[in-house]
Amino acid sequence: MTDFVNAFRTAFELIVGLDPELVRIVTLSLQISLAAVLAATVIALPLGAAVALLRFPGRRAVVILLNAAMGLPPVVVGLVVYLLLSRAGPLGSFGLLFTPTAMIVAQCILVMPIIAALTRQTITDLHEEYDEYLRSVGAGPLRSIGTLIRDGRFRLLTAVLAGFGRAIAEVGAVLIVGGNIQNVTRVMTTTIALETSKGNLALALGLGLILIIVATTINGLAMAVGEAAESRHG
Amino acid sequence: MAEVEGSLEPAGACPLLPLVTDGLCFTGGDRRLILDGVSFRLDDGFRTVILGPNGAGKSVLLRLCHGLLRPTAGQITWGGLSPAAAASRQGMVFQRPVLLRRSVRANIEHVLAIKGVRAGERGARVRAALERAGLARLADRPARMLSGGEQQRLSIARAWVMEPEVLLLDEPSSSLDPAATRAVEDLVREVAAGGARVIMTTHDIGQARRLADDVLFLHRGHLLEHSPASSFFAGPAHPAAARFIQGDLID
Repeated sequence: MTDFVNAFRTAFELIVGLDPELVRIVTLSLQISLAAVLAATVIALPLGAAVALLRFPGRRAVVILLNAAMGLPPVVVGLVVYLLLSRAGPLGSFGLLFTPTAMIVAQCILVMPIIAALTRQTITDLHEEYDEYLRSVGAGPLRSIGTLIRDGRFRLLTAVLAGFGRAIAEVGAVLIVGGNIQNVTRVMTTTIALETSKGNLALALGLGLILIIVATTINGLAMAVGEAAESRHG
Repeated sequence: MAEVEGSLEPAGACPLLPLVTDGLCFTGGDRRLILDGVSFRLDDGFRTVILGPNGAGKSVLLRLCHGLLRPTAGQITWGGLSPAAAASRQGMVFQRPVLLRRSVRANIEHVLAIKGVRAGERGARVRAALERAGLARLADRPARMLSGGEQQRLSIARAWVMEPEVLLLDEPSSSLDPAATRAVEDLVREVAAGGARVIMTTHDIGQARRLADDVLFLHRGHLLEHSPASSFFAGPAHPAAARFIQGDLID
Protein backbone atom coordinates (compact mmCIF):
# COMPACT_ATOMS: atom_id res chain seq x y z
CA MET A 1 0.00 0.00 0.00
CA THR A 2 2.84 2.44 0.82
CA ASP A 3 4.37 1.57 -2.57
CA PHE A 4 1.16 2.68 -4.12
CA VAL A 5 1.01 5.91 -2.14
CA ASN A 6 4.64 6.64 -2.95
CA ALA A 7 4.03 5.99 -6.61
CA PHE A 8 1.14 8.43 -6.57
CA ARG A 9 3.24 11.08 -4.85
CA THR A 10 6.09 10.68 -7.32
CA ALA A 11 3.66 10.68 -10.23
CA PHE A 12 2.17 13.91 -8.97
CA GLU A 13 5.63 15.44 -8.61
CA LEU A 14 6.49 14.41 -12.17
CA ILE A 15 3.39 16.13 -13.49
CA VAL A 16 3.69 19.28 -11.41
CA GLY A 17 7.43 19.53 -12.02
CA LEU A 18 6.88 19.09 -15.76
CA ASP A 19 9.37 16.27 -15.89
CA PRO A 20 11.15 16.55 -19.29
CA GLU A 21 10.70 12.87 -20.17
CA LEU A 22 7.01 12.97 -19.26
CA VAL A 23 6.48 16.16 -21.23
CA ARG A 24 8.27 14.69 -24.24
CA ILE A 25 6.10 11.57 -24.17
CA VAL A 26 2.84 13.48 -23.77
CA THR A 27 3.79 15.90 -26.54
CA LEU A 28 4.67 13.09 -28.93
CA SER A 29 1.40 11.30 -28.11
CA LEU A 30 -0.64 14.37 -28.87
CA GLN A 31 1.31 15.12 -32.05
CA ILE A 32 0.91 11.61 -33.41
CA SER A 33 -2.78 11.30 -32.58
CA LEU A 34 -3.60 14.78 -33.89
CA ALA A 35 -1.81 14.06 -37.15
CA ALA A 36 -3.51 10.68 -37.45
CA VAL A 37 -6.98 12.13 -36.81
CA LEU A 38 -6.35 14.99 -39.22
CA ALA A 39 -5.32 12.57 -41.97
CA ALA A 40 -8.21 10.25 -41.15
CA THR A 41 -10.70 13.14 -41.25
CA VAL A 42 -9.48 14.28 -44.66
CA ILE A 43 -10.24 10.79 -45.99
CA ALA A 44 -13.28 9.96 -43.88
CA LEU A 45 -15.46 13.06 -44.37
CA PRO A 46 -15.69 12.81 -48.18
CA LEU A 47 -15.85 9.02 -47.99
CA GLY A 48 -18.66 9.02 -45.43
CA ALA A 49 -20.56 11.72 -47.33
CA ALA A 50 -20.13 9.84 -50.62
CA VAL A 51 -21.39 6.58 -49.16
CA ALA A 52 -24.35 8.43 -47.65
CA LEU A 53 -25.34 10.26 -50.83
CA LEU A 54 -24.24 8.25 -53.84
CA ARG A 55 -25.88 5.09 -55.10
CA PHE A 56 -23.34 2.69 -56.55
CA PRO A 57 -23.03 -1.08 -56.81
CA GLY A 58 -21.57 -2.57 -53.66
CA ARG A 59 -22.62 0.41 -51.56
CA ARG A 60 -24.25 -1.79 -48.96
CA ALA A 61 -21.09 -3.83 -48.63
CA VAL A 62 -19.08 -0.65 -48.06
CA VAL A 63 -21.50 0.45 -45.33
CA ILE A 64 -21.24 -2.92 -43.59
CA LEU A 65 -17.46 -2.88 -43.95
CA LEU A 66 -17.19 0.63 -42.52
CA ASN A 67 -19.35 -0.23 -39.54
CA ALA A 68 -17.45 -3.45 -38.92
CA ALA A 69 -14.12 -1.63 -39.25
CA MET A 70 -15.09 0.66 -36.36
CA GLY A 71 -14.15 -2.25 -34.13
CA LEU A 72 -10.86 -3.21 -35.81
CA PRO A 73 -8.55 -4.85 -33.24
CA PRO A 74 -5.59 -2.47 -32.87
CA VAL A 75 -2.98 -5.23 -32.71
CA VAL A 76 -4.16 -6.61 -36.04
CA VAL A 77 -3.97 -3.16 -37.60
CA GLY A 78 -0.47 -2.88 -36.12
CA LEU A 79 0.49 -6.25 -37.56
CA VAL A 80 -0.77 -5.36 -41.04
CA VAL A 81 0.99 -1.99 -41.05
CA TYR A 82 4.11 -3.76 -39.74
CA LEU A 83 4.02 -6.23 -42.63
CA LEU A 84 3.53 -3.41 -45.13
CA LEU A 85 6.37 -1.28 -43.77
CA SER A 86 8.91 -3.94 -42.79
CA ARG A 87 12.05 -4.20 -44.93
CA ALA A 88 10.67 -7.13 -46.89
CA GLY A 89 7.21 -5.56 -47.20
CA PRO A 90 5.84 -3.69 -50.23
CA LEU A 91 6.52 -0.30 -48.64
CA GLY A 92 9.74 -1.36 -46.93
CA SER A 93 11.93 0.86 -49.07
CA PHE A 94 10.59 3.98 -47.36
CA GLY A 95 12.19 2.91 -44.08
CA LEU A 96 9.20 4.01 -42.05
CA LEU A 97 8.98 1.15 -39.57
CA PHE A 98 9.64 2.21 -35.97
CA THR A 99 9.13 5.91 -36.76
CA PRO A 100 6.36 8.26 -35.59
CA THR A 101 5.12 8.28 -39.20
CA ALA A 102 4.40 4.57 -39.00
CA MET A 103 2.44 5.20 -35.80
CA ILE A 104 0.44 7.94 -37.50
CA VAL A 105 -0.39 5.57 -40.34
CA ALA A 106 -1.53 2.84 -37.92
CA GLN A 107 -3.72 5.21 -35.87
CA CYS A 108 -5.11 6.75 -39.04
CA ILE A 109 -6.23 3.32 -40.29
CA LEU A 110 -7.72 2.62 -36.89
CA VAL A 111 -9.83 5.79 -36.59
CA MET A 112 -10.68 6.47 -40.24
CA PRO A 113 -13.57 3.95 -40.24
CA ILE A 114 -14.96 5.44 -37.03
CA ILE A 115 -15.07 8.95 -38.44
CA ALA A 116 -16.33 7.72 -41.83
CA ALA A 117 -19.11 5.58 -40.35
CA LEU A 118 -20.30 8.38 -38.04
CA THR A 119 -20.11 10.85 -40.93
CA ARG A 120 -22.18 8.52 -43.09
CA GLN A 121 -24.81 8.22 -40.37
CA THR A 122 -24.94 11.97 -39.77
CA ILE A 123 -25.19 12.84 -43.45
CA THR A 124 -27.75 10.08 -44.09
CA ASP A 125 -30.02 11.33 -41.30
CA LEU A 126 -29.77 14.96 -42.38
CA HIS A 127 -30.25 14.05 -46.02
CA GLU A 128 -33.41 12.14 -45.24
CA GLU A 129 -34.74 15.27 -43.62
CA TYR A 130 -33.50 17.86 -46.14
CA ASP A 131 -33.81 15.86 -49.37
CA GLU A 132 -37.26 17.04 -50.48
CA TYR A 133 -36.51 20.64 -49.63
CA LEU A 134 -33.20 20.58 -51.49
CA ARG A 135 -34.78 18.97 -54.55
CA SER A 136 -37.76 21.30 -54.38
CA VAL A 137 -35.61 24.42 -54.58
CA GLY A 138 -33.38 22.87 -57.21
CA ALA A 139 -30.13 22.62 -55.23
CA GLY A 140 -27.37 20.94 -57.22
CA PRO A 141 -25.26 18.08 -55.83
CA LEU A 142 -22.40 20.31 -54.64
CA ARG A 143 -24.74 22.79 -52.98
CA SER A 144 -26.62 19.92 -51.33
CA ILE A 145 -23.48 18.29 -49.95
CA GLY A 146 -22.25 21.68 -48.73
CA THR A 147 -25.55 22.30 -46.94
CA LEU A 148 -25.55 18.88 -45.30
CA ILE A 149 -21.94 19.16 -44.10
CA ARG A 150 -22.48 22.68 -42.80
CA ASP A 151 -25.66 21.82 -40.94
CA GLY A 152 -24.14 18.58 -39.64
CA ARG A 153 -20.93 20.26 -38.53
CA PHE A 154 -21.47 19.82 -34.81
CA ARG A 155 -22.18 16.12 -35.12
CA LEU A 156 -19.25 15.72 -37.51
CA LEU A 157 -16.99 17.42 -34.99
CA THR A 158 -18.22 14.93 -32.39
CA ALA A 159 -17.23 12.11 -34.77
CA VAL A 160 -13.73 13.56 -35.12
CA LEU A 161 -13.42 13.85 -31.34
CA ALA A 162 -14.52 10.22 -30.96
CA GLY A 163 -11.76 9.29 -33.39
CA PHE A 164 -9.20 11.26 -31.40
CA GLY A 165 -10.31 9.59 -28.18
CA ARG A 166 -9.77 6.19 -29.75
CA ALA A 167 -6.38 7.16 -31.23
CA ILE A 168 -4.86 8.61 -28.07
CA ALA A 169 -5.91 5.69 -25.86
CA GLU A 170 -4.86 2.89 -28.19
CA VAL A 171 -1.75 0.83 -27.43
CA GLY A 172 -1.50 -2.33 -29.55
CA ALA A 173 -0.99 -0.82 -32.98
CA VAL A 174 1.54 1.86 -32.05
CA LEU A 175 3.50 -0.60 -29.92
CA ILE A 176 3.98 -2.94 -32.88
CA VAL A 177 4.80 -0.37 -35.56
CA GLY A 178 6.54 2.17 -33.30
CA GLY A 179 8.62 -0.24 -31.29
CA ASN A 180 8.42 1.87 -28.14
CA ILE A 181 11.91 3.34 -28.67
CA GLN A 182 12.93 5.79 -25.97
CA ASN A 183 12.89 9.42 -27.10
CA VAL A 184 11.67 8.41 -30.56
CA THR A 185 8.43 6.45 -30.58
CA ARG A 186 7.40 6.29 -26.97
CA VAL A 187 3.87 7.51 -26.39
CA MET A 188 1.74 7.54 -23.25
CA THR A 189 0.10 4.17 -23.69
CA THR A 190 3.20 2.24 -24.71
CA THR A 191 5.23 3.80 -21.92
CA ILE A 192 2.59 2.91 -19.36
CA ALA A 193 2.67 -0.72 -20.52
CA LEU A 194 6.46 -0.85 -20.45
CA GLU A 195 7.05 1.00 -17.17
CA THR A 196 4.39 -1.02 -15.38
CA SER A 197 6.03 -4.26 -16.41
CA LYS A 198 9.40 -2.83 -15.26
CA GLY A 199 7.89 -1.92 -11.90
CA ASN A 200 8.38 1.82 -12.43
CA LEU A 201 4.91 2.68 -11.30
CA ALA A 202 5.45 6.41 -10.79
CA LEU A 203 5.98 7.32 -14.44
CA ALA A 204 3.25 4.88 -15.47
CA LEU A 205 0.79 6.41 -13.04
CA GLY A 206 1.72 9.97 -13.98
CA LEU A 207 1.11 9.22 -17.63
CA GLY A 208 -2.03 7.31 -16.76
CA LEU A 209 -3.42 10.35 -14.95
CA ILE A 210 -2.65 12.60 -17.89
CA LEU A 211 -4.19 10.11 -20.30
CA ILE A 212 -7.37 10.00 -18.25
CA ILE A 213 -7.50 13.79 -18.16
CA VAL A 214 -7.03 14.00 -21.93
CA ALA A 215 -9.61 11.29 -22.62
CA THR A 216 -12.14 12.82 -20.22
CA THR A 217 -11.61 16.27 -21.69
CA ILE A 218 -12.20 14.92 -25.21
CA ASN A 219 -15.37 13.19 -24.08
CA GLY A 220 -16.57 16.26 -22.25
CA LEU A 221 -15.84 18.38 -25.28
CA ALA A 222 -17.78 16.01 -27.52
CA MET A 223 -20.75 16.13 -25.17
CA ALA A 224 -20.59 19.90 -24.87
CA VAL A 225 -20.49 20.27 -28.66
CA GLY A 226 -23.50 17.99 -29.02
CA GLU A 227 -25.48 19.80 -26.36
CA ALA A 228 -24.61 23.22 -27.71
CA ALA A 229 -25.81 22.17 -31.14
CA GLU A 230 -28.98 20.66 -29.69
CA SER A 231 -29.90 23.72 -27.67
CA ARG A 232 -29.07 26.06 -30.54
CA HIS A 233 -30.72 24.30 -33.42
CA GLY A 234 -32.85 21.46 -32.08
CA MET B 1 -71.08 31.32 -48.39
CA ALA B 2 -67.40 30.60 -48.25
CA GLU B 3 -65.45 33.42 -46.70
CA VAL B 4 -63.49 34.08 -49.83
CA GLU B 5 -62.64 37.49 -48.57
CA GLY B 6 -60.11 39.65 -50.36
CA SER B 7 -61.13 37.78 -53.43
CA LEU B 8 -58.16 37.85 -55.72
CA GLU B 9 -58.33 39.42 -59.07
CA PRO B 10 -57.16 36.94 -61.63
CA ALA B 11 -53.40 37.00 -61.75
CA GLY B 12 -51.83 37.93 -65.05
CA ALA B 13 -51.35 35.24 -67.62
CA CYS B 14 -49.37 32.51 -65.95
CA PRO B 15 -47.54 30.45 -68.52
CA LEU B 16 -47.22 27.49 -66.16
CA LEU B 17 -50.95 26.98 -66.36
CA PRO B 18 -53.01 25.11 -67.14
CA LEU B 19 -51.86 22.23 -65.01
CA VAL B 20 -53.15 19.14 -66.74
CA THR B 21 -52.99 15.62 -65.39
CA ASP B 22 -54.16 12.64 -67.33
CA GLY B 23 -54.74 9.16 -65.91
CA LEU B 24 -52.30 9.72 -63.07
CA CYS B 25 -51.44 6.55 -61.12
CA PHE B 26 -48.97 6.09 -58.33
CA THR B 27 -48.04 2.87 -56.63
CA GLY B 28 -46.33 3.04 -53.24
CA GLY B 29 -43.35 1.05 -52.08
CA ASP B 30 -45.58 -1.71 -50.74
CA ARG B 31 -47.37 -1.98 -54.12
CA ARG B 32 -50.42 -0.27 -52.72
CA LEU B 33 -52.19 1.86 -55.30
CA ILE B 34 -52.12 5.37 -53.84
CA LEU B 35 -53.49 7.27 -56.82
CA ASP B 36 -55.68 5.66 -59.45
CA GLY B 37 -56.42 7.40 -62.73
CA VAL B 38 -56.51 11.00 -61.55
CA SER B 39 -57.25 13.45 -64.38
CA PHE B 40 -58.00 17.14 -63.99
CA ARG B 41 -57.18 20.52 -65.43
CA LEU B 42 -56.42 23.63 -63.38
CA ASP B 43 -56.56 26.99 -65.08
CA ASP B 44 -55.28 30.33 -64.06
CA GLY B 45 -56.40 32.58 -61.28
CA PHE B 46 -57.71 30.49 -58.42
CA ARG B 47 -56.90 29.09 -55.04
CA THR B 48 -57.43 25.39 -55.43
CA VAL B 49 -57.86 23.12 -52.45
CA ILE B 50 -57.27 19.40 -52.74
CA LEU B 51 -59.63 18.08 -50.09
CA GLY B 52 -60.00 14.60 -48.69
CA PRO B 53 -59.59 12.43 -45.62
CA ASN B 54 -56.18 11.30 -44.41
CA GLY B 55 -54.66 8.71 -46.69
CA ALA B 56 -56.60 9.87 -49.75
CA GLY B 57 -53.37 10.48 -51.68
CA LYS B 58 -53.36 14.29 -51.44
CA SER B 59 -49.70 14.68 -50.49
CA VAL B 60 -48.60 12.22 -53.15
CA LEU B 61 -50.60 14.11 -55.76
CA LEU B 62 -48.91 17.38 -54.76
CA ARG B 63 -45.45 15.78 -54.82
CA LEU B 64 -46.13 14.33 -58.28
CA CYS B 65 -47.15 17.76 -59.54
CA HIS B 66 -43.96 19.28 -58.10
CA GLY B 67 -41.77 16.55 -59.60
CA LEU B 68 -40.61 15.12 -56.26
CA LEU B 69 -42.19 11.79 -57.20
CA ARG B 70 -42.61 10.19 -60.59
CA PRO B 71 -46.00 8.81 -61.58
CA THR B 72 -46.29 5.07 -62.15
CA ALA B 73 -48.54 5.86 -65.08
CA GLY B 74 -50.17 8.92 -66.59
CA GLN B 75 -49.09 12.42 -67.54
CA ILE B 76 -48.60 15.76 -65.81
CA THR B 77 -47.92 18.96 -67.69
CA TRP B 78 -47.59 22.54 -66.56
CA GLY B 79 -48.43 24.69 -69.55
CA GLY B 80 -46.82 21.99 -71.62
CA LEU B 81 -43.75 21.63 -69.39
CA SER B 82 -42.79 18.53 -67.41
CA PRO B 83 -43.02 18.81 -63.61
CA ALA B 84 -39.22 18.74 -63.36
CA ALA B 85 -38.89 21.64 -65.79
CA ALA B 86 -41.63 23.62 -64.07
CA ALA B 87 -40.43 23.03 -60.49
CA SER B 88 -38.00 25.94 -60.42
CA ARG B 89 -40.90 28.34 -60.95
CA GLN B 90 -42.88 26.88 -58.06
CA GLY B 91 -42.61 27.12 -54.33
CA MET B 92 -43.38 24.16 -52.11
CA VAL B 93 -44.39 24.17 -48.45
CA PHE B 94 -44.32 20.85 -46.64
CA GLN B 95 -46.63 19.60 -43.92
CA ARG B 96 -43.72 19.37 -41.52
CA PRO B 97 -41.58 22.43 -42.19
CA VAL B 98 -38.09 21.46 -43.37
CA LEU B 99 -35.97 24.17 -41.81
CA LEU B 100 -32.19 24.28 -41.86
CA ARG B 101 -30.24 24.30 -38.63
CA ARG B 102 -29.52 27.97 -39.06
CA SER B 103 -31.02 31.32 -38.23
CA VAL B 104 -34.35 32.44 -39.67
CA ARG B 105 -32.50 34.89 -41.89
CA ALA B 106 -30.02 32.25 -43.10
CA ASN B 107 -32.88 29.95 -44.11
CA ILE B 108 -34.16 32.58 -46.54
CA GLU B 109 -30.63 33.44 -47.69
CA HIS B 110 -30.02 29.78 -48.47
CA VAL B 111 -32.75 29.59 -51.08
CA LEU B 112 -31.74 32.95 -52.57
CA ALA B 113 -28.19 31.68 -52.93
CA ILE B 114 -29.40 28.51 -54.66
CA LYS B 115 -31.46 30.55 -57.08
CA GLY B 116 -28.42 32.64 -57.92
CA VAL B 117 -29.52 35.94 -56.37
CA ARG B 118 -26.41 38.12 -55.93
CA ALA B 119 -25.18 38.49 -52.36
CA GLY B 120 -25.72 42.25 -52.44
CA GLU B 121 -29.41 41.87 -53.23
CA ARG B 122 -30.17 39.19 -50.69
CA GLY B 123 -30.38 41.39 -47.60
CA ALA B 124 -33.24 43.52 -48.89
CA ARG B 125 -35.19 40.52 -50.15
CA VAL B 126 -34.74 38.64 -46.88
CA ARG B 127 -36.02 41.65 -44.97
CA ALA B 128 -39.02 42.04 -47.26
CA ALA B 129 -39.90 38.33 -47.01
CA LEU B 130 -39.62 38.28 -43.20
CA GLU B 131 -41.63 41.48 -43.00
CA ARG B 132 -44.46 39.96 -45.04
CA ALA B 133 -44.49 36.85 -42.86
CA GLY B 134 -44.38 38.89 -39.65
CA LEU B 135 -41.07 37.34 -38.65
CA ALA B 136 -38.76 40.35 -38.94
CA ARG B 137 -38.06 40.54 -35.23
CA LEU B 138 -37.08 36.86 -35.16
CA ALA B 139 -34.52 37.14 -37.97
CA ASP B 140 -31.55 36.11 -35.85
CA ARG B 141 -33.23 33.29 -33.94
CA PRO B 142 -32.41 29.66 -34.76
CA ALA B 143 -35.18 28.65 -37.16
CA ARG B 144 -35.93 25.34 -35.48
CA MET B 145 -36.52 27.01 -32.13
CA LEU B 146 -39.53 28.93 -33.44
CA SER B 147 -43.06 27.87 -32.58
CA GLY B 148 -44.86 25.58 -35.02
CA GLY B 149 -46.84 28.44 -36.54
CA GLU B 150 -43.77 30.63 -36.92
CA GLN B 151 -41.88 27.75 -38.52
CA GLN B 152 -44.63 27.24 -41.07
CA ARG B 153 -44.80 30.97 -41.81
CA LEU B 154 -41.05 30.90 -42.35
CA SER B 155 -41.43 28.01 -44.81
CA ILE B 156 -44.04 29.99 -46.69
CA ALA B 157 -41.86 33.09 -46.66
CA ARG B 158 -38.95 31.01 -47.94
CA ALA B 159 -41.05 29.57 -50.75
CA TRP B 160 -42.46 33.00 -51.53
CA VAL B 161 -39.22 34.96 -51.58
CA MET B 162 -38.48 33.73 -55.10
CA GLU B 163 -41.87 35.02 -56.23
CA PRO B 164 -42.95 31.67 -57.66
CA GLU B 165 -45.74 31.51 -60.20
CA VAL B 166 -47.31 28.64 -58.30
CA LEU B 167 -47.24 27.95 -54.58
CA LEU B 168 -47.94 24.37 -53.50
CA LEU B 169 -48.80 23.77 -49.85
CA ASP B 170 -49.18 20.35 -48.28
CA GLU B 171 -51.47 20.55 -45.22
CA PRO B 172 -49.63 23.67 -44.04
CA SER B 173 -51.57 24.01 -40.79
CA SER B 174 -52.47 20.44 -39.90
CA SER B 175 -50.68 20.54 -36.55
CA LEU B 176 -51.28 24.17 -35.62
CA ASP B 177 -53.63 25.79 -33.13
CA PRO B 178 -56.40 28.10 -34.40
CA ALA B 179 -54.44 31.34 -34.00
CA ALA B 180 -51.43 29.97 -35.85
CA THR B 181 -53.71 28.45 -38.48
CA ARG B 182 -55.33 31.84 -39.06
CA ALA B 183 -51.91 33.46 -39.47
CA VAL B 184 -50.93 30.81 -42.01
CA GLU B 185 -54.20 31.20 -43.90
CA ASP B 186 -53.83 34.99 -43.99
CA LEU B 187 -50.36 34.54 -45.43
CA VAL B 188 -51.68 32.13 -48.06
CA ARG B 189 -54.33 34.67 -49.07
CA GLU B 190 -51.66 37.32 -49.35
CA VAL B 191 -49.52 35.08 -51.54
CA ALA B 192 -52.50 34.43 -53.81
CA ALA B 193 -53.40 38.12 -53.89
CA GLY B 194 -49.81 38.80 -54.91
CA GLY B 195 -50.43 36.83 -58.08
CA ALA B 196 -49.23 33.32 -57.29
CA ARG B 197 -51.49 30.40 -58.16
CA VAL B 198 -52.12 28.58 -54.87
CA ILE B 199 -52.71 24.85 -54.75
CA MET B 200 -52.98 23.36 -51.30
CA THR B 201 -54.08 20.14 -49.69
CA THR B 202 -56.11 19.89 -46.53
CA HIS B 203 -58.36 17.44 -44.73
CA ASP B 204 -59.91 20.34 -42.82
CA ILE B 205 -63.33 21.16 -44.30
CA GLY B 206 -63.42 24.54 -42.57
CA GLN B 207 -60.11 25.50 -44.07
CA ALA B 208 -61.28 24.44 -47.51
CA ARG B 209 -64.41 26.60 -47.09
CA ARG B 210 -62.30 29.57 -46.01
CA LEU B 211 -59.69 29.35 -48.74
CA ALA B 212 -60.91 27.45 -51.75
CA ASP B 213 -62.07 28.92 -55.02
CA ASP B 214 -62.34 25.44 -56.39
CA VAL B 215 -62.12 22.03 -54.78
CA LEU B 216 -60.64 18.73 -55.90
CA PHE B 217 -62.17 16.01 -53.73
CA LEU B 218 -59.87 13.05 -53.43
CA HIS B 219 -60.82 9.78 -51.76
CA ARG B 220 -58.85 6.54 -51.69
CA GLY B 221 -56.73 7.61 -54.61
CA HIS B 222 -59.67 8.54 -56.80
CA LEU B 223 -60.62 12.03 -57.83
CA LEU B 224 -64.35 11.99 -57.08
CA GLU B 225 -65.18 15.59 -57.78
CA HIS B 226 -63.75 18.82 -59.15
CA SER B 227 -66.04 21.81 -58.82
CA PRO B 228 -66.09 25.47 -57.82
CA ALA B 229 -66.09 25.84 -54.05
CA SER B 230 -69.51 27.50 -53.98
CA SER B 231 -71.26 24.62 -55.71
CA PHE B 232 -69.16 21.97 -53.95
CA PHE B 233 -70.14 23.16 -50.49
CA ALA B 234 -73.73 23.89 -51.54
CA GLY B 235 -74.21 20.32 -52.66
CA PRO B 236 -71.43 18.01 -53.68
CA ALA B 237 -72.22 15.71 -56.56
CA HIS B 238 -70.60 12.64 -55.09
CA PRO B 239 -72.21 10.92 -52.07
CA ALA B 240 -68.84 10.35 -50.36
CA ALA B 241 -68.06 14.05 -50.66
CA ALA B 242 -71.48 14.92 -49.27
CA ARG B 243 -70.92 12.71 -46.26
CA PHE B 244 -67.40 14.08 -45.78
CA ILE B 245 -68.51 17.72 -45.66
CA GLN B 246 -71.31 16.81 -43.25
CA GLY B 247 -68.54 15.66 -40.95
CA ASP B 248 -69.09 11.92 -41.32
CA LEU B 249 -66.10 9.67 -41.08
CA ILE B 250 -65.66 8.08 -44.45
CA ASP B 251 -63.36 5.23 -45.21
